[in-house]
Amino acid sequence: MQYTEITVRYGELSTKGKNRREFIGRLNGNVTKTLREFPDLKIYPKRDRMHIALNGTDSDAVMAKLGQVFGIQNFSPSITIPKDVELLKQTALAMMREHLPAAKTFKINTRRSDHNFEYDTNQLNLLLGDYIYDQLPELKAQMKYPDVTLRVEVRRDGIYLSSQTIKGAGGLPVGTAGKAMLMLSGGIDSPVAGYLAMKRGVAIEMVHFFSPPYTSERALAKAKALTAKLAPYVGTISFIEVPFTEIQEEVKRSVPEGYLMTVQRRFMLRLAAALAEQRSALAIFNGESVGQVASQTLESMVAINDVTTLPVIRPVATMDKNEIIKIAEEIDTFDLSILPFEDCCTIFAPPRPKTKPRLDKARYYEAQLDGATLMARALAGIKITEIHSHDDFLQTDQDQIQSIL
Amino acid sequence: MIYFDNSATTKIDPTVLATYQTVSEQFWGNPSSLHHLGDQALQMVQSARQQIATLIKRQPDEIFFTSGGTEGDNWIVKGTALAKRDFGRHLIVSSIEHPAVLNAAAALEKLGWSVTYLPVDHQGYVRPDDVRRALREDTVLVSVMAVNNEIGTVQPIQEIADILADRPTIHFHVDAVQAVGKGLFDQVLPARVDFATFSAHKFHGPRGVGFIYAKRGRVLTNLIDGGGQEQNHRSGTENTPGIAAMSKALRLALSDESAKVRHEQAMRQKLLDFLSSLADITIFSPRTTPAAPHILCFALSGVRGETMVHALEEREIYLSTTSACSSRSGVESGTLKAMQVPERLATSAVRISLDAQNTDAEVTRFIQIFPEVYQRFQRMNGRSH
Repeated sequence: MQYTEITVRYGELSTKGKNRREFIGRLNGNVTKTLREFPDLKIYPKRDRMHIALNGTDSDAVMAKLGQVFGIQNFSPSITIPKDVELLKQTALAMMREHLPAAKTFKINTRRSDHNFEYDTNQLNLLLGDYIYDQLPELKAQMKYPDVTLRVEVRRDGIYLSSQTIKGAGGLPVGTAGKAMLMLSGGIDSPVAGYLAMKRGVAIEMVHFFSPPYTSERALAKAKALTAKLAPYVGTISFIEVPFTEIQEEVKRSVPEGYLMTVQRRFMLRLAAALAEQRSALAIFNGESVGQVASQTLESMVAINDVTTLPVIRPVATMDKNEIIKIAEEIDTFDLSILPFEDCCTIFAPPRPKTKPRLDKARYYEAQLDGATLMARALAGIKITEIHSHDDFLQTDQDQIQSIL
Repeated sequence: MIYFDNSATTKIDPTVLATYQTVSEQFWGNPSSLHHLGDQALQMVQSARQQIATLIKRQPDEIFFTSGGTEGDNWIVKGTALAKRDFGRHLIVSSIEHPAVLNAAAALEKLGWSVTYLPVDHQGYVRPDDVRRALREDTVLVSVMAVNNEIGTVQPIQEIADILADRPTIHFHVDAVQAVGKGLFDQVLPARVDFATFSAHKFHGPRGVGFIYAKRGRVLTNLIDGGGQEQNHRSGTENTPGIAAMSKALRLALSDESAKVRHEQAMRQKLLDFLSSLADITIFSPRTTPAAPHILCFALSGVRGETMVHALEEREIYLSTTSACSSRSGVESGTLKAMQVPERLATSAVRISLDAQNTDAEVTRFIQIFPEVYQRFQRMNGRSH
């Protein structure tokens, strides 16, 4: 069906009182960025709904993108027609036909804001119901729990028909809950943590530690590709690449093996906290899951978390690996995450890391290093890239390849 | 020169050759290497795979690169037999398959497998009912080619697929080597087909490279073990330039496909009408029934096929005695024999195989030149007209 408009119903934001205007404004911005590739769309953010005029754009492509935007309860593709009863009947019939043969029961639900229209809502319900029943006798009218509800709205500028309601991503518009840094490794868990952060309205910036030659360009490209997978939820995401080689080498040189990982992690968290401060972020998110590996025991968290007073939020802390993988598959980061490139967490993993490191010892060993200088040098070397959803980092030679093929 | 032997091989397309050269020069890393050169080569191979998958409406992980049609046929026949040996040891192949299938089956016969060779009717078609009758509890493979390489019959793949619908564990292989760019994919690659074989040099690609389609979930035993390339199923360092060139050649072969098919059909029809008008010429290719647009097999009674080939060659017209593979060994045509064409007539068979690059002018010229050759042989045989 060639739809003309998509009606978007807001999620939790309808309950947010005075913040409503800010929420709608933010959602409008996020929707606009997400749908940037469709130049003919026109977006009208109204108080209780958002209307997206398609102007000829393919509705399926738009809805696929829209389904990723947080803060949307559901949406319906609709057709606008001039206020002509005969045309209304034909359009309603064509729309119902699309639901056959799966649908067995239907209902017409008319609303009328144009009270000058020749029929009132009851008359329209009856008129359309009778007509559809005559034309499609296999469909039965049913008021409670029908398979299809055909919504008809008579407005001043025309009649709007829709018969599908598609579930949105839920959550809150990204950005309405402030900004945080996400520690992104390249594994399965951290992209999921980022997704969950955004679902609750948090705008994230990626912090990725890059340690050449211990980690490869491909591992960096993979982290960027993962960021691109999360970008559709918000439009663009800043990717901050932190040079970590020197710190890793220094830690390796002077810290006993059992505490290598703990001290290294303390530096990572400290760097993330410093970046949060620089960039006015309010919290740090990561993909830690309690007990999953040595660095993620409660003891390790105590020994690592010590370096900052910012909230460190761990959205997947209590999930099993399988639950995390399920989300990773849903958001299409799983296949990327399992690409076999070394990341900085695995490369210096000692054979026997302490699963119960002591905070006092971690502090003691760390004090042997010139932490301030190392930190300053790492922060001076950061690189920031704005990443869009369509950016391709793993397929760098594609343009040339496509021209050859 | 008039090249009418395109079922034997096609001339590589200049732009395909350019791809081959560019990839050889710029993407020469080993796709398994970790560094950027390897990564580039890997991307090239994977992009080529993706393009081929899209072109034949399948998934990239269902495409496996090989060294060509013979390897593909051998892999599918022998790989099925080995993978399924605990479930059954009976294979069904048509008697007009390419020798790569027939001889792979024969090799398995020597090792204890049993093989049913399906007969064909007088026109060279497998009868679907014969497939139904040949099926046994222990049947593991049915292999029927899409387009016969000697006479151009398009086999009833859909009907056989229907018969196999309620025997889902049987591997159904279609040798599609002669079917590329002939407007036949929807017809000869229905969903029930589990495996299909392709060869690049039959569609203006380079030699020594081909691919098979292997449906997800279907298992073949590897024939070539080694470093684990091709999802660990067909080892050997990837032939990156060959693969890229093949992918391009396939794209070109399938672009404007219907116009090319119409052109080939028109040329074939003209030749068919002309040859049919001559006395003592027998046409083996189908006239109306499902026929590939490019193959026309005929015989002039009393003149050996190789004599005809050489006589036309003197006038720079190149064609084959039926399939080029067997023509040097002097073996008579398997397909004509299966059609029960008398041996004396079968040894006279020659095959014209066209390509979209052939021109109407070439066809006209053939029609002008052929009578000279024809009359000379007719006089020799005491049949002057």
